Amino acid sequence: MKRFRLRLEPRSDLPKWLPWAVPVGSFLVALLVGAIVLSTTGQNPFSVYARIVDRAFLSDGAFSGTLVSATPLLFTGLCAAVAFRVGFFNIGGEGQFVMGAIFGSGIALKLGADVPGVVAVASMVVFGAIGGGLWALIPGILKTRFRTNEIITSLMLNYVAAVIATYLIFDSQSFWRELTGSGVVFPKGKVLPTIAWWPKLDFGSVIVPFGFLLGMVIAGWLYVLQRKTRFGFEMRVVGGAPTTARYAGIKPNRVIIAVAALSGALAGIGGATDVGNFRHILDPKGLQQSGFGYAGIVVAALARLNPVAVVFVAILLGGITNAGYALRGPDFPSGLVGVLQGLILFCTLGGEVLARYRVKRSSPSDVIETALEPA
Amino acid sequence: MSINENIFVVIMASAIFYGTPLVFASLGEVLAERSGVLNLGVEGMMLLGAVAAAWVSTNVGGPAIVVLPLALVAAMIAAGLGASIHAFLTITLRVNQIISGLALTIFAGAAGLSSYLAGIWHLGKAPVMHQFLRLDVFGLADTPVVGPILFHQTLLTYLSWVLVIAASVYLFKTRMGLHVRAVGESPQTADSVGIPVARYRYAHVILGGSFAGIAGACFSLMIVPTWVDGMTAGQGWIALALVIFGFWRPDLMLVGAYLFGALSSLSLTLQARGFHISTAFLAALPYVMTIVVLVIASNASSRRQLGAPAALGKPYEREER
Repeated sequence: MKRFRLRLEPRSDLPKWLPWAVPVGSFLVALLVGAIVLSTTGQNPFSVYARIVDRAFLSDGAFSGTLVSATPLLFTGLCAAVAFRVGFFNIGGEGQFVMGAIFGSGIALKLGADVPGVVAVASMVVFGAIGGGLWALIPGILKTRFRTNEIITSLMLNYVAAVIATYLIFDSQSFWRELTGSGVVFPKGKVLPTIAWWPKLDFGSVIVPFGFLLGMVIAGWLYVLQRKTRFGFEMRVVGGAPTTARYAGIKPNRVIIAVAALSGALAGIGGATDVGNFRHILDPKGLQQSGFGYAGIVVAALARLNPVAVVFVAILLGGITNAGYALRGPDFPSGLVGVLQGLILFCTLGGEVLARYRVKRSSPSDVIETALEPA
Repeated sequence: MSINENIFVVIMASAIFYGTPLVFASLGEVLAERSGVLNLGVEGMMLLGAVAAAWVSTNVGGPAIVVLPLALVAAMIAAGLGASIHAFLTITLRVNQIISGLALTIFAGAAGLSSYLAGIWHLGKAPVMHQFLRLDVFGLADTPVVGPILFHQTLLTYLSWVLVIAASVYLFKTRMGLHVRAVGESPQTADSVGIPVARYRYAHVILGGSFAGIAGACFSLMIVPTWVDGMTAGQGWIALALVIFGFWRPDLMLVGAYLFGALSSLSLTLQARGFHISTAFLAALPYVMTIVVLVIASNASSRRQLGAPAALGKPYEREER
């Protein structure tokens, strides 16, 4: 039997259409594979996809719902995008999101109903950022000081954050917990004063949550930060070539610490948005079930760590999630959302390689021949 | 009250019971990592294994002695297939291992393929038909102290012990094991002496994945024992930490796994005995412990001495030699 092996050769020429065609092509392949999964398990892929598109984007109010689902993904996506850019693999967006929700709801409850709404919302944003930022500083400092692997530490802190949130509502008489009325029997969080409820802007056919607008503005700011400022330049150098950074007089550890805090702050604002704009209550179970932090990594990877692209990817994946909620029931397969997200990510990852390299099938003798060719 | 109801005996015995899936999962991960491939998809692969095992145990007719091994094989195949996606992406296409592993967990995990399949197969409505029960080995289960700890476990626990020994011998005493470690330390060198790097990596990522499948089966056939969405509850991530905790050595990982098993069963045991202790504190303890151990481990004089494969996480490109 003749042995074949796949070989990757870097492409010397990148056609202009390729960077666009690859994500679109990958997405279509993912849908195709998803369709195969659906039909082999007795579902009609066309009707399932049609229902997803309908409930995500087309039907009445669907797009407003999609923006609600997209908002947390936008923030956790930005969180992962900036961190991964400098090679800080923060997969603690989940925990930082929860800490943001705890800090954000805490300040709103503390300020009460007697402050202007602007003050309440602004302090929630700030405190959410602080909560998430501090939580991300832990793996950041451990990485830079002790060279401790940030993947595992940031991940472990996700569980610790979930435990803290659960403790505040279910295991203690904390400030966050409703201690009167039905809250005595069924543990739940205190509802935020309505003054601290973030606005939703009505544009007629679509309602845009304030949090989503804020996320868009931040995404634009991050884009400028990365492309036009000295700090953004340092970020790219540290991410691309840490040793070069030192020669260039950049202190990689400082950049990593700053980016860790920034990344956590972004997820933290997402958490504040979650309580301020949507739930109006600290809900540990809801936060745990949603898995926004992990989905944020998918968003960042699909957006190729580009903050502006994160906005669009968040809307796309938010659409799938929203449709998943809307269609939940006996005739809509559960778990399909994760399957589709995973497939899209797999295909994009693979597709990007195909864009950068040519894949050649070659027998071992070819390898020797190419090795013998003069360089 | 007999000595076997002593709280330390109870905790030790349940530490081994609850630590068993961690042993399998971390053992699988160490095989992949020793060959140089980090696989963050453990959690997802475990859930694939758990759902496949639950399906076989619920739907395949026959005596337990036939069905249970079949269920384990199904779990290994399901999780191994998941691992092979990661292997293809990271070894052949040289995709970032972290992102690919996370993609696998999202694809297969709690809101993904595992719960999709469970929904289609109508699992979780009732306990599985066959499960791994505690055995009375050599009739020694009632022996004071060691009885409940060592001789009153399920077959899966004993299987895990065999595999820990086998993996230790394989990695450190055989020629193939040496090759695996060479591939993980320096693929260039391994390649230059004719060790097929890619083939070794594929084999160990997929074999490691199938171990994660058994770990998942521990949940659906032993601990719970039925299907619950996301039933592994983050244990796959703990397994990743355990590999570092155990310095990439199967024997130390076993100790670590039981330590974590003890911590996760501690709150149940203590509360059953009427101790008033904050469940939140106990729940957070394993995670905080992992961080502390990691800091100590990473700050020790030399990471290489601890066993971290030098080429871990790095794709191997022959052309770059």
